[in-house]
Amino acid sequence: MAKPRSLVLAGTAALALCFAIGLALAAAAGRPAAPHAPSSVITRARVLAPDHVRLTVAAPVADLRPSNFRVTDERAPDVPMDIAAVETLPGGAILLTVADRLDPAAGYRISILSPAGTREAKPAPWALLFTVVISSALINNFVFTRYLGLCIFFGVSKKRDTSVGMGFTFAAVMLLSAAISWGLYTFVMRPLELKFLQVIVFIGVVAFIVQALDTILRKTHASLHQRFGVYLVLITTNCIILAVPLLNAQAESGAGESLALALGSGAGFALALFLMSCARERLELARVPAAFQGLPIAFALAGLFALAFMGFSGLTFLR
Amino acid sequence: MSEQPLLFTQRPPGAISLLKNGIFGENPVFRLALSLCPAVAVTTTVANGIMLGVAVLLVQVLSSVTVALTRRWIHPRVRIPVYTIIIAVWVSAIDMVLAGFFPLLYAQVGLYVKLIVAFAIIISRLEVFASRMPLIPTFWDGLGMGLGFLFALMAIGTFREVLGNGTLLGFRIVPEKPLLFFALPAGGFFSIALLMAFFNVLERRMSGGKNVAPSTGGSHGQAA
Repeated sequence: MAKPRSLVLAGTAALALCFAIGLALAAAAGRPAAPHAPSSVITRARVLAPDHVRLTVAAPVADLRPSNFRVTDERAPDVPMDIAAVETLPGGAILLTVADRLDPAAGYRISILSPAGTREAKPAPWALLFTVVISSALINNFVFTRYLGLCIFFGVSKKRDTSVGMGFTFAAVMLLSAAISWGLYTFVMRPLELKFLQVIVFIGVVAFIVQALDTILRKTHASLHQRFGVYLVLITTNCIILAVPLLNAQAESGAGESLALALGSGAGFALALFLMSCARERLELARVPAAFQGLPIAFALAGLFALAFMGFSGLTFLR
Repeated sequence: MSEQPLLFTQRPPGAISLLKNGIFGENPVFRLALSLCPAVAVTTTVANGIMLGVAVLLVQVLSSVTVALTRRWIHPRVRIPVYTIIIAVWVSAIDMVLAGFFPLLYAQVGLYVKLIVAFAIIISRLEVFASRMPLIPTFWDGLGMGLGFLFALMAIGTFREVLGNGTLLGFRIVPEKPLLFFALPAGGFFSIALLMAFFNVLERRMSGGKNVAPSTGGSHGQAA
């Protein structure tokens, strides 16, 4: 059958396009790398997401006590951060473990006292984006740990193919609305001090996108519209779509982070829908106590999934 | 639900029956299964539940009354966007008031207060009730629905705070933390499952053992 295939192709193409636009925006918004003194003994410094800094040194450093190193935040250059451990890695690199969590959006200055050397480090942009995507998809999954979008989640997770369609539609609308809301927030609302209007503006953006997509799809891809039109209408009154721009505005995120959050939470929502629909298809065959039939047992099932997703909360990567 | 036809009678129903309908017959959380997100999210403590419940109550009543007053001038074809804007205006107002006067509580539930604008229960009451009925019954319907929501949030909040934290409204009533599980995200889902099942049983008992359709969540069409 050609229909579902072309559907999936169109969906993938739309997602890929959104992602490409996002990456381009992120690259444009990315700050240039900080210049460094050519005489520095540190040739490379990388902040590895939660609490590690990796240094590549030109000459071996003999003194590996934490007191020989100094890490400061660029926003508070006089306050050295506590260094918990210093190790050497194979290949001569040095791994500093910092006692506090490093903010992936901030910049840091790393110094060695003897032999003297200083280098500024910023988390790699792709690492930052990757962190945001993974954490919003798995660790802070919108459905299972933030409880957003539950109405839709329980409503459409009865059949597997509906839930896949819904997941795609949601991810696309989330990316689009996050991009437009970010633009409006950064270039219009923040300069004009109109932040208090964010609820009204963001719901307007979502409603506008849904209406526009609905109209465009009906005229250009009637078959797509027949399958996804129903979901589109449901999207307007869904908190999960609105939550992304609100969270972005709260954190004052840049373009890359905003889109990464939208992508991650869209993917997380699609994943949750898919898992839940598979489990609920099985549930049809189970004998459920009368009082628990329908929604109550679905909630218990979601509770089990939430319990499983708690396992992701200890997830650390980029070591 | 025997109360369902009540919405379509010509004469608007009385205040008492509307209030009862909102709290029991069509309780937004337990019976209509609408606006579940906040019901799980903010109910780790009773205080949070009350805060969000009051916010929803105010938004529901104010926007219901606004729609009832202005429906003559709202063209049916643009009614959904207009309702959304009306709700968004009231949500922004309530949001600022809460942020200004209760900063500590607001820090915990702030995001969900803003998200009231997307709660299906509010727009569905505007669509089902406020757009067809005169001012006074609309007010009582909004109040009933808001109270029903508040009641549901308080019930879940009490259940979870006592079981998960051993406290009630911040006062310790059980010596130590009995079941941390209920304060965790997963516990929220289980609490709702248990309470919904309890309400189903209660409903069945009250209707004299007759087989009542369980709350299947088939009402999601209303979310649109």
